[in-house]
Amino acid sequence: MSLLRVEGLSKKFGGLNAVEDLSFNIQPGAVYSIIGPNGAGKTTLLNLLTGVYQPSDGRIVFGEHDLTGRAPYEYAGHGIARTFQNLQVFFNMSALENVMVGRHLHERCGLGSTLLRSPRLARAERACREEAAELMNYVGLHNYLSAAADAMPYGALKRLEIARALATRPKLMLLDEPAAGLNPTEALELDDLIGRLTGRGVTVVLVEHNMRLVMGVSDHILVLDYGRKLAEGPAAAVRNDPKVIEAYLGSAVAHDGSLGNAIAGAVAVAVEMRR
Amino acid sequence: MQYLLTGLTVGAIYALVALGFSIIFNASHVINFAQGEFVMIGGMATVSLVAAGLPYLLAVPLAVAAAALVGLALEKFAVEPARGASVVTLIIITIGASIFLRGLAMLIWDKNLHALRPFTGDAPIAVAGATILPQSLWVLGVTLAIVLVLSWFFGRTLLGKAMLATSHNRLAAQLVGINVRMVLFVSFGLSAALGAIAGILIAPITTTSYDVGVMLGLKGFAAAILGGLGSGVGAVIGGLALGIAESMSAGYLSSAYKDAIAFVIILAVLFFMPSGLFGQRGGERV
Amino acid sequence: MLALAAAIAVLPLALSNNYFYDIAVLVGLNAIVCVGLNLLIGFAGQISLGHAGFFGLGAYGSAILASRYGWPPLAAMFTTTLAVAALAYVVGRPILRLKGHYLAMATLGLGVIIYMVITTEDKLTGGPDGISVVPFRIGGFVLQDERVWYWVVGALLLLAVWLALNLIESPMGRALRALHSSEVGAEVVGINAADHKVMVFVISAVFASLAGSLAAHYSGFVTPGKVTFLHSIELVTMVVFGGMASTFGAVAGAAVLTTLPQLLTVFKDYEMMVFGAVMMGTMIFMPRGVVPSLERLFQRRRQSASAASEREDA
Repeated sequence: MSLLRVEGLSKKFGGLNAVEDLSFNIQPGAVYSIIGPNGAGKTTLLNLLTGVYQPSDGRIVFGEHDLTGRAPYEYAGHGIARTFQNLQVFFNMSALENVMVGRHLHERCGLGSTLLRSPRLARAERACREEAAELMNYVGLHNYLSAAADAMPYGALKRLEIARALATRPKLMLLDEPAAGLNPTEALELDDLIGRLTGRGVTVVLVEHNMRLVMGVSDHILVLDYGRKLAEGPAAAVRNDPKVIEAYLGSAVAHDGSLGNAIAGAVAVAVEMRR
Repeated sequence: MQYLLTGLTVGAIYALVALGFSIIFNASHVINFAQGEFVMIGGMATVSLVAAGLPYLLAVPLAVAAAALVGLALEKFAVEPARGASVVTLIIITIGASIFLRGLAMLIWDKNLHALRPFTGDAPIAVAGATILPQSLWVLGVTLAIVLVLSWFFGRTLLGKAMLATSHNRLAAQLVGINVRMVLFVSFGLSAALGAIAGILIAPITTTSYDVGVMLGLKGFAAAILGGLGSGVGAVIGGLALGIAESMSAGYLSSAYKDAIAFVIILAVLFFMPSGLFGQRGGERV
Repeated sequence: MLALAAAIAVLPLALSNNYFYDIAVLVGLNAIVCVGLNLLIGFAGQISLGHAGFFGLGAYGSAILASRYGWPPLAAMFTTTLAVAALAYVVGRPILRLKGHYLAMATLGLGVIIYMVITTEDKLTGGPDGISVVPFRIGGFVLQDERVWYWVVGALLLLAVWLALNLIESPMGRALRALHSSEVGAEVVGINAADHKVMVFVISAVFASLAGSLAAHYSGFVTPGKVTFLHSIELVTMVVFGGMASTFGAVAGAAVLTTLPQLLTVFKDYEMMVFGAVMMGTMIFMPRGVVPSLERLFQRRRQSASAASEREDA
């Protein structure tokens, strides 16, 4: 059974159809990528899939639950987590606390014990702190365990968001342009991290422009253009789809296969907007 | 009918104050809680100047100019240094300014009510079965004139169009060379002038005192919200609507809660129609 | 926290007569309101320009139930607090959907409406003249003297601060701070923004209401004078002046801004001007509030001092 099923999803802003009649399935355990030119509706789609936007039409079914129209915290409660293209890090706390907030759903603490500082709360806090530290190490932030969030570099903050999202113990992770603003080394580390995530049992959906990353890491690709599905399928098939090539005007630049991966004859596609 | 006329008169005043709020909000996204004090300054300054022997024709423009100067000073010394501060901070700054101005007014003048002689006599005129004071006609007439002048200003003059551009998109306006700080500066002066004119117009009807600005400011703000913060048309329509609603409810319901109408309207609008009648809906890009 | 307790214990040595005790009690009561309000403004990042309304409801509720209807003061206070909490809950849900200026205006409107109802329903509330209130009684013990009140209010303030600190350092407190920083970021990790905002709104209303009830019994009368928009602003200023997101800042703010007008009675005429100037000045030059700004100042001194000593050692 598919993990996430999207049927006829649409989102209109006034006269603009940001997303139009979109339908696709996501199977558990795979890595999906959503690509498309700027303005194709990728971030809108992510916002719809996390309850930040309400759809104008269509259904979103996660596992057995119809989540259409629910609030974002309910999406999180069912196991969908995300990171943001424009960082939404909590800059008024430490990095560790950011990740601890991610554990909110799993900290059931009533108002009474909160106000009166029960020993149960103290124990739960310690456990929370430990798990947050473990997650930070997992994503490679061991140097920032005692850092304040507003003192961290951009690349580290992107990983912090991933750690925070992981803290919610999601089944599905939506990453919105995680490689944006990263240098090639950092992008490589990200590639590695995504691989490990799937190893942990999390299904990953990536919205990305970085074609090398996309081609290297994805099992399936969904291509959007002007809010509609342009193509969908295994990476190799999509890469050769004439419609996709046409939507992306640009010269194919061969890069040295630094991914060292057979599939990766990864073509870095220079993406240009064509309106 | 009587209520309608009274309501229109009061409403015109609210409209002027509301316009002041909208102009400043458009330029800076700041709610100027000191707006009411400009109204007060206009009325009180005129009273002093007239008492000192100046004819109306001189006193009024001088008082308006004084208020405008205060508005400019407020922008220069209180708002500009706090550029980029949070909403709460800016709110407190303008509230602090309003308290400061009121304290200053208390010192310069006193705590008493002051009457201003109506511009052209006080014999009521009969209109359609009700009566209207000549001063009310002044209120309505001047407000109408001001609305017309402002539409010409914003639609035809370069400065006016620059101000409009800034309100739509500050960054874009800067990029095309509009001096955004000057726009902000001017909007405070302009709003202060509008408030002062409102204060002068209404003083003969309702008397004026050092704290007349509080209620008028709040109600003007209610009108601005009703019409949609940032919309000039909305400010005017909101003001008139509020004035009429207040007058009608005082007449037909309970006069004790007349003042509460404005605040009930604020809550109702904010709950159900936060962008008001003519305002734009905002959104956050994630 | 210990420092505060110590300060409260030691202060009476400096208070030479009943007048000063009176001021201290007033500071304490304001501080209780401010600690609650600080949770809303400083931590959760919301704003309320109408909290004097909750204070007033607490005061009048206790006054009416205890004096007009002869209820035992404790029961009156308890019932009033429950009623205010219920009102805050019901009103809070729609109001807290608003943000920024709109939220400020809505809470302002709420506060003013409460004030107008109190002033107009004079058969119940005594209108602009107010009503007198019986002293606070538990069983046979009557709470009358300023000095006794001082210890009571001091203890209650410590309790309020303790509760507030517990809330802030808990997962719930983190959730509130997260909401303040990025509402959408908090929502996608499962935090129900609306619920949390309403909860902290109700808590702050409860603090205000309790302080109001106590104030009514302490002064022996209630008037609408404390339920005004101006008082709401004073409360917000105390919180912001003392330091947003700093519980002790809220207490400090209450202390300074309650005593300031007393000091200024010499300059009675200038009081308003000075108050307004203080508000503007603090917000322009120390927008984080006094306590955090001082903390930063000391931190930077310490850092440059240790850097200097490091350079010396090197």
